[in-house]
Order: sequence, then C-alpha cells, then structure tokens
Amino acid sequence: MIEVRDLHKKYGELEVLKGVDASIKQSEVVCVIGPSGSGKSTFLRCLNMLEEKTSGTIIIDGRDLDDRKVDINDVRAEVGMVFQQFNLFPHRTVLENIMLAPQKVRRITKAEAEKRAYALLEKVGMSAKAHSYPRQLSGGQQQRVAIARALAMEPKIMLFDEPTSALDPELVGGVLEVMKELAREGMTMVVVTHEMGFAREVADRVLFMDKGYIMEEGEPEAIFLNAQNERTREFLNLVLK
Amino acid sequence: MATFDWAGVIEFLPQLGKGLYYTLLISVFGIGIGFVLGAFFGLGRISKNKFIYGISTVYIEIIRGTPVLVQAIWIYYALPLVIKSLTNSDFTIGSLTAGIIVIALNSGAYIAEIVRGSVQSVDKGQMEAGRSLGLNGKQTMRYIIWPQAFKRMIPPLGNQFIISIKDTSLLSVILVPELIFQGRQIASNYYNAVEIYTTVALFYLVITLLLSFTLRFIERRLDV
Repeated sequence: MIEVRDLHKKYGELEVLKGVDASIKQSEVVCVIGPSGSGKSTFLRCLNMLEEKTSGTIIIDGRDLDDRKVDINDVRAEVGMVFQQFNLFPHRTVLENIMLAPQKVRRITKAEAEKRAYALLEKVGMSAKAHSYPRQLSGGQQQRVAIARALAMEPKIMLFDEPTSALDPELVGGVLEVMKELAREGMTMVVVTHEMGFAREVADRVLFMDKGYIMEEGEPEAIFLNAQNERTREFLNLVLK
Repeated sequence: MATFDWAGVIEFLPQLGKGLYYTLLISVFGIGIGFVLGAFFGLGRISKNKFIYGISTVYIEIIRGTPVLVQAIWIYYALPLVIKSLTNSDFTIGSLTAGIIVIALNSGAYIAEIVRGSVQSVDKGQMEAGRSLGLNGKQTMRYIIWPQAFKRMIPPLGNQFIISIKDTSLLSVILVPELIFQGRQIASNYYNAVEIYTTVALFYLVITLLLSFTLRFIERRLDV
C-alpha cells in the first residue's frame, strides 16, 4: 500500500530524514515512535506531500508521487490525515466540516454527503454535536470530528500525526477508542504517537525513528520487550518509566 | 464677518447635495473597484508566481509611496498626454472617470495589503487540512481560507473605506464637482467659509458614521 525508498528531506542545511525505507501493507497498522526531532512527523507528512521530499521514492497505492501523470489531489483524496492540532474549519459546523470535501472532491450530492456525515458522527460518538461549531467542543471531541472528516472521503489509508498529544489526559481514551475501532475494521494506518500503550496493543508493527533514520522495526512485543538497538532501549526506558 | 450665519447655509444645500452625490458616486465605484484590485494584488503578494508577485509589489509600493493629490494629477493631466502621444489619437479623460480611477487605484493598494495580511493570518494548518482532504489549492482558498480571512479584514477595511471617502475631497483639484469643490465655490462667492466647510464636514461625518454602523452590523452577523 505504501512503499518508501531512500527518502531524504532537507530544510536548507538541516537534514531531517537521512534515507528512510518503509513498506506498509494493506490493513496494516504501523506506529512510528521516537524522540522529538527524530523526523517521524516529517516522514508522515511526506507521505501525502504536505512536505516535499528532497529525494527518494514514495509509492502510494501503486502511484509514484514523482510520476507527472499522478495528480497529488487524487492521491490525497485516498489518504486521510489527522493532525495534532485537529485543524477543523472554525467557520463551519461539525456537519459542514465533514460534508465539504466529499461534495467538492468526490462530487457526491449534498443529501448523500449529509447521510454519510451523520453515519460517521454516529461512529465516532459525536451525533449530538452535529450542529455545533468546533470551538464549542473539547479537544477530544474535535479530534473525533477530525477523524470523521477524514473518513468521509473513504480513504484507503489514514495518517495520524500525534493525534492525542494536544489533548488533556482524560480525553485521550475516547480518541484512541475510535482509532482502535478503525484498526479492527482493517484500515491501513500509520500513526505517529507517544502513546506506547496504544502502539503495543494495536500496532502490527512499530518503527522506532531517531536522528532521521528508522533505527529499528518489528512487532510491538519484540520492540517493547526485547529491543536490539541501544537507542531504542534508552528511549523506551525513558518513556515507559 | 461679525457673526456666523448658519441659517444662510440652507439655501446652498441643493448645491452641496449635488456635491454629495458625486462624492458618494466616486466613493462607491472607486472603493468597489479598489476592492477587486485589492483582492487580486493582495493574493498576488502571496503568489509563488514571481511575475505576479513582482507586479503586485511594484503597484503597491508606488501607490503607497506617493500622495493621492499627485496621483490625481497624473491620471487626469499626464495620462491622457502619454496615451495621446503613444497612439496618435485625441484621447481625453473626464474628471469623474479620472476621479474613480484614482480612488480605485489608491484604495486598491492599501486593500491589497489588508487582504494579504488577513489571508496570511489564517493558521497554516487550515490550508494543510484542506489539501489533505484532496481539495485543490483554489478550492481550499475559496471554501476555507477566504471566509476566515474575510471576517478579519472587516475592521481594517472599514478604516480604509473611511480614508478613501475623505480622499475624494482631494479630487477637487482635477475639477470633480464633489463636496469640497462645491463648498469652495460657494465659500469664495459668499464669504461664508466657516459655515459652509463645517456643513461639508458634517456631510462627511454622516457618511462615515453610516458606514461604520453598517460594517459593525456585518461583523456581528459573521460572528456566529
């Protein structure tokens, strides 16, 4: 589903990704962990070209992002993204947030978009807030709406960029529940996260990134209980205390 | 002059009314066109296209850096001469048309900066969220960025509209028969400058107050 080969990203002189290779299969849930500044968010943002890579190859669902015939908007329509800061549209109600892209990009009717939006709100437990504005919601509620908004495009892949890092601790659970449900349904997911419990429980595979490289990868148990790389062990020691 | 003669102003109200008509006419069309120019060049200032960015910057800097009075003289006196010699025709420009062009060009430059500032003040995450959903750049601008930016533009736009309305008073130098032009004619014939100019000032005040109230109303309506 996702193929990444020798991905490099530089900001001027600063090289944030120094040759990342990854391969993610359909229905696989991959959690990316690592210290801040390790390049994990940049890696994720390169996958839907919110960051332009410096070099390397990215193939999403059979489409090479360097191919001139590939329209990046078509690729993005298949790749949902959930942000740390939610990024809901503040001037639109919850329902309107969810309905916009399917109507404008998928060209479905308003009635159809509304039906889909209500179904998704039901799924993320936010039906009661359909007509509220984002600022009337808690962070956790906003993030669940943001997930519904991304799902409304019926994407094949979902990217999560530290989806619970901006939330108050008591609101994290609700968002993780929604993500677990998605994982159970077979969504292909790449999750940059600091939630080690979630990674351990839900991920099929964990990537540990540091200093612009993937230092180690493997099944959650292998990483969390028996990490081979020194840096991985140091990091896990610090966060799992 | 021994005393003020306020009652005497009444007989000149029809003539001042004519001036008011031209002041409003030029303000409405000048600022209306100015807003379109401002939106275009304001977005031009954010454009990645170097040519559009360059043109927008040159336009804004020239207009902001020169007095309105001189701009009026350029458009009314100098521009027709240039066009005439370039095209070998008898091109002329009416003072009313010239007046509208001056206000449009002038307010356009300031509005462009207002537009640029407001659009850039919208959180970068909004553009990313729109693009990540598959909306293209234009759609994201239209449905997500612009509505949020527009709301933030209203207070500075109100400010600029008021400045532009008062700037129309400078157009008397290119013989536009607006309020100040009429006032000056009356005052120089009847030696009642204080009464007439005070009345003229009240006219401006009424227009700008009405505008302020209207904008405040719109702002509240958008503040859902």
